[in-house]
Amino acid sequence: MNERKRTLGFYLLAGFFGLYVLFLYGPTITIAVLSFQGPNGGLTFPMNGHSLHWFANLFEPQLVGDFGGSLERSLLLGAMVMVTTVVVSLSAGLAYRKRFKGDTPLFYLTVASLVVPSILVSLGVGLMFSQCGLDTAWYGSAFGAQLTWTLPFGLLIMFAVFSRFNPSYEEAARDLGASSWQTLRHVVLPIIAPSLLGVALFGFTLSYDEFARTLLTAGEDNTLPLEIFAMTTNITTPVLYALGTLTTTFSFVVIGSCIAAIAIIQRRRAKRAA
Amino acid sequence: MSARYDVELIAVTKRYGATVAVDDIDLRIPQRSYCCLLGPSGCGKTTTLRVIAGHETVTSGDILITDQNITNSPPAQRGTAMMFQNYALFPHLNCIDNVAFGLKMRGVRKAARYAQAREFLELTQMTAYAERLPSQLSGGQQQRIALARALVTKPKILLLDEPLSALDPFLRGRMREELKRLQNELGITFIHVTHSQEEAMALADLVVVMEGGRIQQADAPRYVFDQPKTAFVARFLGGHNLMPRDDATELAVRTDRCRLFAIDDVVQPSLPGAVSAIEYQGTRVQVTLDTDLGIRLVSHLPDEVFYGHPFQIGDRARLSWSRSDAHPVIAN
Repeated sequence: MNERKRTLGFYLLAGFFGLYVLFLYGPTITIAVLSFQGPNGGLTFPMNGHSLHWFANLFEPQLVGDFGGSLERSLLLGAMVMVTTVVVSLSAGLAYRKRFKGDTPLFYLTVASLVVPSILVSLGVGLMFSQCGLDTAWYGSAFGAQLTWTLPFGLLIMFAVFSRFNPSYEEAARDLGASSWQTLRHVVLPIIAPSLLGVALFGFTLSYDEFARTLLTAGEDNTLPLEIFAMTTNITTPVLYALGTLTTTFSFVVIGSCIAAIAIIQRRRAKRAA
Repeated sequence: MSARYDVELIAVTKRYGATVAVDDIDLRIPQRSYCCLLGPSGCGKTTTLRVIAGHETVTSGDILITDQNITNSPPAQRGTAMMFQNYALFPHLNCIDNVAFGLKMRGVRKAARYAQAREFLELTQMTAYAERLPSQLSGGQQQRIALARALVTKPKILLLDEPLSALDPFLRGRMREELKRLQNELGITFIHVTHSQEEAMALADLVVVMEGGRIQQADAPRYVFDQPKTAFVARFLGGHNLMPRDDATELAVRTDRCRLFAIDDVVQPSLPGAVSAIEYQGTRVQVTLDTDLGIRLVSHLPDEVFYGHPFQIGDRARLSWSRSDAHPVIAN
């Protein structure tokens, strides 16, 4: 163990870090606390008793907007974006392991959409759809607009994954008679599975809380972030906080279950080995 | 009639852009040989191995395995199997699944492939580790699994890329014996890439010394050591004094065949000089002489010979050899 005495610098930095964490999670915690406001409480402190009143209130659409519907749309859209991101960035990542004609321009073209302001992408996609006489919708134009955000990220992650991937695994597989498809299926995919899960999680969460790119492309039906934003302008009760608490909890559950899934995969492998 | 050679390389060249990794080499490896490709890094030995394995394509030339031209065949259809330098065991599969992998890819049913995999685990004495993951094994154990995995497809030629370089010296010695035993038992050809002349000498029936993408000499270890064809071979294997001559050759004499005499002794042929270093090496003593010609020569003397007439650093002395021990080599 380190027996050295801690210096003043340690305490200053620790204090600074504490402030940072407070800044990071303070608002979330405040909202979580206020969402348990009593039925007669307001949007700010002090707490006027405590209750689950506002959570119950959430599920009455006539009162707070279409929470259930927007949640469902956001989940579906997140799933669509997740699957597409994983499939496309995996394929692109595999393609980029070899040089091909025009690979560098194509790469810059892909990542350039990360640099373009989100709201402009949204505006552009919306305009393009109306020019073509198509209706914007969360499952069409918004789906595409979100992919302009998640695909470049997915590709960059796959670059990192494959830069660490030892090609001799594939050579060994080929040496043992595996076809290209068998090599992918039995060697490459299992080895990079945890990273793919990471890309999936990333794609889902980027989509789930995407706002700017969805704003002008979602059409008639709102996704959850758009719905929440709409609510902030016309709702003045703690039901808004209840909503925040619920969606935050949901995000943590999604991330937690992914981490659990990875842990389970690893434990199962270890158990098979024991 | 069975093939005369297990492997034949005919005018094989491999270029990467402007660099020539393997430069027009011809090589014949007789049946059931232990062949070592020996040379410094960048000499083309690993490329040669990978070309035989089918993991690199040749730029020109032909490769025959047991008289079949397999120059353009995929790796799995050549009758070769390769053991990779870092073993490349699949980290997500346990040992038996790693070993059974080649059979699974060939569509062998589970029960049958496990039975065969167990045979090879037994052959490499790894039966007890069948259910372990590669990460739970030591380097030596991983190597045994890699061996079993390569052998399970019953190759005619086993290709080994620096198989012993990752092991500690003790393990290296043991695995060396084991590789030789396996090669004998299986009766197939092993082609083993190494930069260690000691390893090549100990294992090989045929040592192929390479440098600059070319074969310098391919011979039985005894001949490679005793009768090097080029100055490079003599230098790389060590244990030789090289003396320049007038033409494009040098004279090579084994250091253990050189003797030291007092400066006034009349011996021919000999070169005079001053003793510049003395190293006691157990069974022998290594004496370095800076000759008046400006070249540095070494004599390995049996310890009793040296201590019979000891020299001190700075002593004038004469290094001599018998004419029959000296032979010309191509200077390079």
